[in-house]
Amino acid sequence: MENENKPIPAESPNKSLTDRIWDLFASVKLAVVIFSLIALTSVVGTLLEQNAEPEKNIQILEKLFHIGHETAHSLYGVLDQIGFTDMYRSWWFFSFLLLFAANLIICSIARLPRVWKLAREPIRPLSADLIEKVSIKRALTVKGKPLQAKELVQSALKEIGFKPVAAVSEEAAAGDHTFQVYAEKGNYSRLGVYITHLSILIILAGAIIGLFFGFNAFLNLPEGETSSVAYKDRGKEIPLGFEIRCDNFEVEYYGQSDMPKSYKSWLSVYKNGKKVKEKQIVVNDPLTYDGITFYQSSFGLVPNSQGKGIIILKVTSAGGQSQDIQAKVGDTFLIPGTTVHGRISDFSPALSIDPSGKPFTYDEQLKNPAVFIDFSGAGQTTSGWILKRYPQTGNLQDGNRVQLVDVWGVEYTGMQVRRDPGVGIVYLGCIIMAVGLFMSFFMSHRRIWVAVSEDKSGSKITVGASAHRNRATFENKVDKLVSILSGGPKGGNK
Amino acid sequence: MDSSVFFGWSTVAYIFAMILYIGYIAFKNNAVGVAATAVTVGGFASQTLAILLRWKEFAEIGNMGILRAIPLTNLYESLIFFVWCLILAYLVIEYKYKTKSFGAFITPVAGLVLAFIDISGMSKNIQPLVPALQSNWLLVHVMMSFISYAMFAVSFSTGLMYLISSTDDRKDPAYIFWTVMLSIFVIVLAAMGLDYLTFKLSVKSQEDLIRSYLFKASFRSSSSAVSAGSVAVAAAFTFVVWRFGGIMKKIIRSFEISSEVLDEITYKSIAMGFPIFTLGGLIFGAIWADQAWGKYWTWDPKETWSLITWFFYAFYLHSRLMRGWKGKKVAIVAVLGFIAVIFTYLGVNLLLSGLHSYGSE
Repeated sequence: MENENKPIPAESPNKSLTDRIWDLFASVKLAVVIFSLIALTSVVGTLLEQNAEPEKNIQILEKLFHIGHETAHSLYGVLDQIGFTDMYRSWWFFSFLLLFAANLIICSIARLPRVWKLAREPIRPLSADLIEKVSIKRALTVKGKPLQAKELVQSALKEIGFKPVAAVSEEAAAGDHTFQVYAEKGNYSRLGVYITHLSILIILAGAIIGLFFGFNAFLNLPEGETSSVAYKDRGKEIPLGFEIRCDNFEVEYYGQSDMPKSYKSWLSVYKNGKKVKEKQIVVNDPLTYDGITFYQSSFGLVPNSQGKGIIILKVTSAGGQSQDIQAKVGDTFLIPGTTVHGRISDFSPALSIDPSGKPFTYDEQLKNPAVFIDFSGAGQTTSGWILKRYPQTGNLQDGNRVQLVDVWGVEYTGMQVRRDPGVGIVYLGCIIMAVGLFMSFFMSHRRIWVAVSEDKSGSKITVGASAHRNRATFENKVDKLVSILSGGPKGGNK
Repeated sequence: MDSSVFFGWSTVAYIFAMILYIGYIAFKNNAVGVAATAVTVGGFASQTLAILLRWKEFAEIGNMGILRAIPLTNLYESLIFFVWCLILAYLVIEYKYKTKSFGAFITPVAGLVLAFIDISGMSKNIQPLVPALQSNWLLVHVMMSFISYAMFAVSFSTGLMYLISSTDDRKDPAYIFWTVMLSIFVIVLAAMGLDYLTFKLSVKSQEDLIRSYLFKASFRSSSSAVSAGSVAVAAAFTFVVWRFGGIMKKIIRSFEISSEVLDEITYKSIAMGFPIFTLGGLIFGAIWADQAWGKYWTWDPKETWSLITWFFYAFYLHSRLMRGWKGKKVAIVAVLGFIAVIFTYLGVNLLLSGLHSYGSE
């Protein structure tokens, strides 16, 4: 039956346009549409390689749809026009994210007041018929007058972790000595959902700050060189405000394999000609100075540097005299305290031996560096390869030792260079999200009422309880309370 | 003894347990039920020991601290850990809900995954960690991700069981949905089994698996008759499942699990999995990426698919609060969510990277 005096229902056609837009943004339906839009476009974005050479994506399209090169080419053109080849930076994807944020804000604002009231409203005693209606109910009878039982109920509530708010005498005028003790816990856990929503907005805000006030750049720095700039895509220079020098770069391998164990760069920071910071960086352990962070990212050989590297040798005579020598291919050195000369006649960045026993270079990278040295003096000549990875190759017959310590000046370290003033906000958002999720999933607003009234054989106790989440766990707690209540007086009687 | 012996024992135990669980459902014999649980626990203990042994081997080979040497660095190890989490989750459910009926569903999944490891011939070698993985975040990030995947796997099976037990009208979209899903699941596994029986070769790399091996004995066969025949058989199979799906419903009904319990387990496992996935998978992953590469989010396929997965489960949690979305509709979302999980975990590594590597040929 329709009542004419009823308030206008929410779906009334008389609502203003702003109200309708508000309702649209407050609806979960819009959230679903936005979720789907972000998800579906993202799927396309994972199929196509982002920011790749056109030819690569055309090949992917050919394979994906079994189409000819021409068709794939025109399809690529269309996708490229819409922005799918760099979609996560396209204006429309950015708008989806903004719509998502707006939806999240309005959804939360629309629902928050009611939940806030539920969380803030202090617990009140329940009338006898309402206690019957809450989701968890227990009843028992104990010996003794209600006034004695009151103490018992309060201590039992404390035992299961509740602070009894108050014990009021209900219907005291009637003189039937009825008491009610009640308590609640975790009322703010109702806000967990909104804290989680807020954290998403904080993370998005941090990301936007990073986008507008930060930069992501790259720097390939050869050993021994200094730079005061980093480079963005298409070679755009970003001044650092200080100078950074790569003192050394090295790849460490697992045992004698070519499997890299760590990439290490020794970096120094100079400001106004003075060294202000020094650090050895590896993957997962960057250097930060003045808000700019340098991450170990890649490495490689400096072009046209082959044979130009400085060979660092540690030379030890049979008598124990030791010396570090820096030399180049073609240079000659003297083993200290002896008359033995060594001449570096060849160098290989990665030496291996083919099946016929002939040495050859298998890689351009400094994987297994080796020097070929001719020794002469003291009436004899020897020669051979000395490898960095196998120090025993430098143990000469006459007791002298030559170790290949490093080859310096031919490698560069590749670093990701970043300034992101928003990253702290993103981290804050992450922490808030963890808190919000914990509140949302592992806590609940639990309320419990215990009414005590006089009975022929003692006191009748009625327990009513409710939890807005994880009811079964709370039910176990309530059962524990009941067993404490029923165990107490009985135990006293024995 | 090395870890692979214990892994072998656990595989055999799970397959044996599956037979016992099915026997228990068929004959309702308590002794069989107790034996099924005992065999599962035995398999689980053996697998736990195997993981610990591999952890120790890994730490010794890589010469690393024990916390960094967690054996979760390749597909083989992660699948093993996934099965471990799944069995653990199952044992908890069996204990808490006092029902053994899910055992017949979970143990075959565990057995199949372990068998898939052998079929695909993926590398079981222990390899030292590449520099990017040498971080304390590896332990928490990967471990929490897999715990959540196992939770989602549980919700997938209970969600599917819910759909089976609450639909029988062949025109109901929910009924069509589960019959098609179940059929695809069985067809994919059967096709992979066929590949194994036909080729029996061990595969060198994952890309190799996709390019020249997967479904080559059926759908992607060089003979068009075989591939057309496979499609026809798959379609016929799907039709049969659709036509006689009511039998499945009777079987599940005979377990005496109410659809409320199925719905509750689906919700609870997602309510456990979602925060763990958000924190361990997304947040810790982002923090790690930030420290390793200076970019906390780059929209690479793995990250994007995790986000899509996250959207699915966020939607599941919200849709339960929406009017008219209880029951079948949310169960469908739970099932779809796990398909996104599978894609995030396996599809991105196997298919997308494979797809991109086509381009560089």
